[in-house]
This record gives sequence, structure tokens and C-alpha cells, in this order.
Amino acid sequence: MSVLSFEEVNYSYPSTQTLALEGVSLEIEPGELCLLAGLSGHGKSTLLRAACGLAPHFHGGHFAGRVRICGLDTREHGPSHLGGAVGVLLQDPETQLVMNSVRAELALALESRGHSPAEVARGVEEVALALGVDHLLDRSTHELSGGEKQRVALGAALAGKPKLVLLDEPTSQLDPVAADELIGLLWRLNQEWETTIVLSEHRLERCLAVADRVIALHGGRVAHDGSPSAFLEWSASHAPALQTPGAKLFSLAGLSPPPVGVKQARATLRSHGLLPPEPEPGQAADTPTHLPVRSRRRRRSPAVAQALQMRGVWHELRHGPAILRGVDLTLAPGESVALMGRNGAGKSTLLRHAAGLLEPTRGGVQWGGRVALLLQNPGDYFLHEHVRDELSATALERAGLTPMAERNPRDLSGGERQRLALAIVTGDGEPPAVVALDEPTRGMDREAKATLAAELRRRAKQGQAVLVATHDPEFACACAERVVLLADGRVIADGPAAELLAGGWYFATETARILGGAGGALGPEQGAALLSGTERSMPKVPAGVSG
Amino acid sequence: MNRALFYRRLPSPLHAARAGVGALWAAALGAAALLLYHPLALLALGLALLGAGVAAGVGHELRRTLRTALMVVLPIVVINVLVARDGLTVFARLGDLGPFGQGNLTVEALVYGVVIALKVTVLILVTTLASLTVDPDELLALLRRLAFRSALTASLATRMVPVLAADSQRLAEAQRTRPEGPARGARGRVALFAAVLGGSLDRAMDVAATLELRGFAAATDSRGQGGGRGLGRGGQGLGRSGRRGGRRGRVRRPARPWSRHDLAFAASAVAVFALALAGRLSGVASFDAYPQLHMPLDVGTLVLCLALPLAVLLPMCDRRGIEP
Repeated sequence: MSVLSFEEVNYSYPSTQTLALEGVSLEIEPGELCLLAGLSGHGKSTLLRAACGLAPHFHGGHFAGRVRICGLDTREHGPSHLGGAVGVLLQDPETQLVMNSVRAELALALESRGHSPAEVARGVEEVALALGVDHLLDRSTHELSGGEKQRVALGAALAGKPKLVLLDEPTSQLDPVAADELIGLLWRLNQEWETTIVLSEHRLERCLAVADRVIALHGGRVAHDGSPSAFLEWSASHAPALQTPGAKLFSLAGLSPPPVGVKQARATLRSHGLLPPEPEPGQAADTPTHLPVRSRRRRRSPAVAQALQMRGVWHELRHGPAILRGVDLTLAPGESVALMGRNGAGKSTLLRHAAGLLEPTRGGVQWGGRVALLLQNPGDYFLHEHVRDELSATALERAGLTPMAERNPRDLSGGERQRLALAIVTGDGEPPAVVALDEPTRGMDREAKATLAAELRRRAKQGQAVLVATHDPEFACACAERVVLLADGRVIADGPAAELLAGGWYFATETARILGGAGGALGPEQGAALLSGTERSMPKVPAGVSG
Repeated sequence: MNRALFYRRLPSPLHAARAGVGALWAAALGAAALLLYHPLALLALGLALLGAGVAAGVGHELRRTLRTALMVVLPIVVINVLVARDGLTVFARLGDLGPFGQGNLTVEALVYGVVIALKVTVLILVTTLASLTVDPDELLALLRRLAFRSALTASLATRMVPVLAADSQRLAEAQRTRPEGPARGARGRVALFAAVLGGSLDRAMDVAATLELRGFAAATDSRGQGGGRGLGRGGQGLGRSGRRGGRRGRVRRPARPWSRHDLAFAASAVAVFALALAGRLSGVASFDAYPQLHMPLDVGTLVLCLALPLAVLLPMCDRRGIEP
């Protein structure tokens, strides 16, 4: 019997005629690790909600067809009663932790289902050990880092040992290290407990290698259902926006099959003799000719007026740790900088100092003009019920939001909300000297990210300095020419993106990881150009590689 | 709202004690504050509480609370001096106040006002110390045996307070980053309030969805006479849960052994309550404000004023096994 089955499911949310799911039929077998792919608003989250009974029991709306979880029809059983069979992890860990301590959080689902105190204690202990959160059991939930919160929320979902686990973009708020750890954990659960996992994710390159199957949704319909390799073949022709950077690299270089992960990509390149030589240990990656070097020159020249200058900035909490420890950072007009580092490294605090929201406890900040800071939640900027009331008509026009003027800002897509919030903070008067953004790509699909990166490049071209805190190396590479790496409140690396994002494991693009940092190639286009150069220099090209 | 005013597991003897004992200890201190009237005894209790706060690693938070408490209790003193007419020792005459009679301010009214202010301050400090050091989840877990849903709702409310405080702080910060600054005027404030409310409702919906997924709607009390409504309706996964529910009586969780800190704080609670009760019943540390001050400083009073802090602070001296 399949763990999860959809039979001709149609679903629409209340007060809308548009079908969020249309004619969805699929079966997921025990032990499968299944990936849901698709652009924002095409039905991934709705499918997960239907798969746990939240749609229609919690969200309401019109529902037709059948969804069965372990043989139970969701029309007869609500999410509370299905909880023994299905565990759910949603995007925002903050809203999924409802108790004060980790132990109480893990115990809640078991207690709710009437397990005895001994069973609850054993269940909590086991799930804590399995997920490596046993050291957090007596900690308060509001003290945890983002990664820890997500782990605890996963633990709460797994506490009853459900057969099926549904995850909705669980890594969107995590740094690359925590995200990799979470994916590794899911894979282990799948392998060792035969837990069936359905995972919705925008950054497919993170988890394609561990997936058994990929279901792509478009307009609420299943557009493709097959193995990861088959999905990559399909996406190249039918949905280029869903292509992973590795697949795009291979597609541009005329190689096949598209790789599901770095390991496979490197093996393919090696077998074709195309793997570029890696830089020697201790030797930096070559700075490619296509990247501008003006940032370095400008930083060295004291004559140029800086857009932002931070000198020895410390942020020390009273009776607490130092969040920033003597940070020096200078931004020239028109320079774009990506700020990277683990959760808790001090990125958000640094941005707040840059915008003057915080006062350094030591050191100082000098501004060359106004700093427009866009914080993590664009929704926090919306005060009105119509987009037109948030901005002047000119500013709306400039941001390309005039067609949405009559809509409620909270009903906009993730990308549109981000664009509106950015237009609000930049204002419609004198352009700011610095545009700073804190994790602007959370929950965004590739298309929306590309649009935002283009907007930031446009602003940089106009002379505004851009400072973006991000966990996403692909986005950093698309919008920044320089990367500053923070750890424990200190700047531990500061240099051209081609150097910093090419040589690492975590803070590196997929293209750079495939090519081992060779040539400082970060994006698929640069990588493909490098490969074609390698190919030309090869004495003999193996048959079937190109074309 | 500051996150620092909520429970965090710190390495201290009081945090290491079980929540029930911690709550009992705090209740004993509160009862002592209610029983005693002698200003010196109340002062000793207040100082002992501050010392306990320092030993528990929350001294900074207690000092901050003390500053707030002083602002709250100052009007008590002023009002009592102005309205009480029972004292005999006049220190200021305000003359004829019409319908209020003669405005004579007395030392007795002043001292009694101070005593009430001290009592309120000690109660505020006890409450703060308890909220900082007693695990609310553990405490509510005890109550869950009596009323699962009510205890869970209370637990949820305590968790949501810091979360909503953080939300409103985030929203206010976002408004500060607007080029025109935060919303001003009545209209702007209404818009901001509506945004905060909207955000809270969104969050409440998300939390409600999470609770639904964790089985809140099917919740039963953990002594379990029901095994979960609807669990027996069939189906692989849930049927097994139902069977687990049916086996509940066979598996017993071994009783949690009493730690040295549990014992020490329980003994301290008993001692503090006994001292206060003995003081009250025996007339040691007796205090009368009206018509004239009666506030003896005899040996019995001094012994009580020394014994109380000792009983409060002694369990804090044992620092073994306090790490979380």
C-alpha cells in the first residue's frame, strides 16, 4: 500500500475560483525520498497541506478527489488524527515551536496523543538522540539559533515516528552549513528508518543527489514525475527556471547527462578528460578577466568619497557576548558586496549598524549619504490595505508595481513583496547612497532571485553601493562583485567574489564546486566558457561529449 | 518587552531544582512577605531575595525589576501619607482641606506606607525571581495531569508573549528604516497598530496550524482514559497509536529522584514559612503603625531578621550538579 496517494485532487482556497491543485494524481511508496519542484505559487505548499489534511480541514476551500495517508482518507480524518502517521515541518521554525523548552516541545505531540509518561520520556529521548539535539533538551526554545530551531521542529514532527514526513522549504532560513546538515539528517532518517519523505525546495541542487524522485508542479498540476536525472533532462527543455546550476553548466557546455550532484558532475567531467586542474593548495583561484577589479582599487584610494565606512565597529551586549568585534568595512559608490557567514555570525547586526539603527559600543560609522535598509521580513513594511497607499504613483511606476496598485500588499508573491518593500525603503526622493538587504531571497524561486539580482545590479550601475547579507552563494555571485565573510563577529575574509566563492565547500557556488574553483568560475556561463576552453586545449575530445 | 525577563536554564542551584519545588519555595517567600509586617524583617527578606537572584545568575534582571517596582510603590507611600488619619505624630500640617478635613501628615502613616510598599516590592521580586528561575513547561506539565488543554493553553500563552514582543519590536524597527521615518500622527499610529494586529493574527494562524498537526484537537489528558479521540477509526499508522494508548497502564516511568537541590529548596521553603508564621504568631517582630509606632528591635526580631536570609540563601551555597 502506498504511504501517500492523491486521486484526481482539485483544490481551491476560500474566496478564490483559481484552482491551487488541479487534477493531481500520484502515489508515493514507502521509503521514497521525493522532491517537490516548481516556481513559487504553483502548488507545492498546497500539495503538502493537502497531504497532511490541513487543506481543507484547517484552510477551508473547495476540495474534490481523494488523498489517502497510510490508507486513511483525509476527508474523514483531520490533521490532528493523522498526526500519528504524518509529521510536518513548515518553512518558519519560529511558528512551529509552541512550548518554552525543547523537551516540552518534543513531548507535546506524544502527550497530545495520550501516550503514557514513560512512553513520552522514551520518545523524547530517542528523537533527541536521533537528531543530535539531546544537548538542547533543557534549553529554552527562544534561545535557539535558526538551525537548532528547525532541528527541534523536525524532532517534534518525528517524535511519534510517523511513516511520512512532509517538509516545506525547511532550509530556506538556514545557512549553507545548517542546510546541508538538515538534508543529511533527512537522508539518514530515510535510509535508517525507511521514513518516507516529501520535501519541497527551491534550491534543488542541495537535495537532488539524495532524492529518489522529483515531482514538478506547474499551475497546480503535476508537470513532471520521474527520477532526478529525468527531471533535469525535462527541465532543460520545459522549465529552464528549475534547472540546477550544475545542469545548466552541462547544458551550456553541451555535456550530458545533466548531473544530479557535484560528485556525478565531476565524475562525468573526469571521464571526458574535462576536469580543469584545481589550484594548488595555498594558491588562490585565478581572478578571471570578466570580473571588475575596481572594488580593490577604490578601497585602496582614500581620495574617493566612500558610500559607507565602518571602522573598528564593536557591538557588545550588556551582560552578554560581543556580536561584532572590531569590524572594518568600506563600500565605494557603485560597489556591490555580499555579506556571508553562518547564522549568528553578526550579519544582521552589521547591517543595522550600517543603517544607523544601532550605535556601536566602540568604533564608528561614516556615511556618504542615506542608507536604505531592507530587513528580513518584507511584510513588516506594509501598513496599508492597498499597494497604492504604500508608495507614491511615481515610485510605484519606477518599481514596476503599477499593475498591482489595487491589491493588498500581503497578497503579493514573495518576489513582488520584496520589490515593494525595497521601493518603500529606497523612497521616491533622492536615491540612497547605500542599499542594504538582509537575507532578501528567503523562500524565493530562481526567477524572482534573478529579477532581484538584476535590480541590484541596476542600482549599483547608478552609483548606489549595495550590501547584501545572504546565505545563497548563487545569489551572491549574481549580484555582488565582492564578498565579505563574517564569523563570530569578525571579518575573516574580504575579497573578490571569484576568489571567495570559488574555493570553498559551503560558501561556494555549485559551478565552483564542480570545477574545483578552477578559473574562479562561479556561474554556469563562466563555467561553460572555461570548459569549452579546456576542451579546445585537449588533444582529443571524447566522442559524444558535445552536442 | 525584554526577552531577558523570561525563563532560561542557567547553571544555578535554583534552576537545578525541580519546578514544583522552585514554585513552592517562591510561594513560601511570598507567604512570608504577607505574614510579616516588621520593616526590618521585610527588608531582610528583600535583601535575601536580591542575593538569591545574584546567586541564580539573574541579579541584573532583579535589580531592573526593583527599579520599576520602586516607581510603582512610591505612589503607595505618598497616597497613604495623604489619606491616612490614624497617626498621632504629625510632621507636617497642610491646613484645612475642606471636605477632607485637616491635612495633617503623620509619621505613622508614612511608615505604614513604607511597610506596604516593602511588602509589594518583595512580592514583585518573588514573582520575577520565580518567572526567571522556574521552568514554566515543567510546572504546567504538573497541572496537565489535572487539565491538559488548559495547561497547554497557558503554556502556549507564556511562549507567545516573548514571540509577539519580538514581532512588534521587528515591526517598529522596520518602520524606522522608512525614509520618512516611523508613522506619525493618529492615522499613522492606527495603521501601525493594524499592521501589528494583522501580523499577530497571521502568526496565531500559523501556530494554530502547528498545534493542529501536533494533535491538539485530539488531545487527551496523559493519564489517559481515552487513548485519543478518533485514533481507533482504523488505518495503519493510527491504529498502532491507538494500541499504544491501550498499553499505557503497563509501562511505568520511574519516579524522578529528589536531587540535593530539590531537598535543599524544599527545606528552605518550609523553614522560611515556619519562621514567618512563628514570628507572626509569637509576636516576635511585631509591628503596629497606629495610633503610634510600635516597632521593637529586640533580640527575637534580630534573630528572625538573620534567620530569614540564612534560610533563603543557604540552598544557594551548594553549587554541585547545577549545570544544565
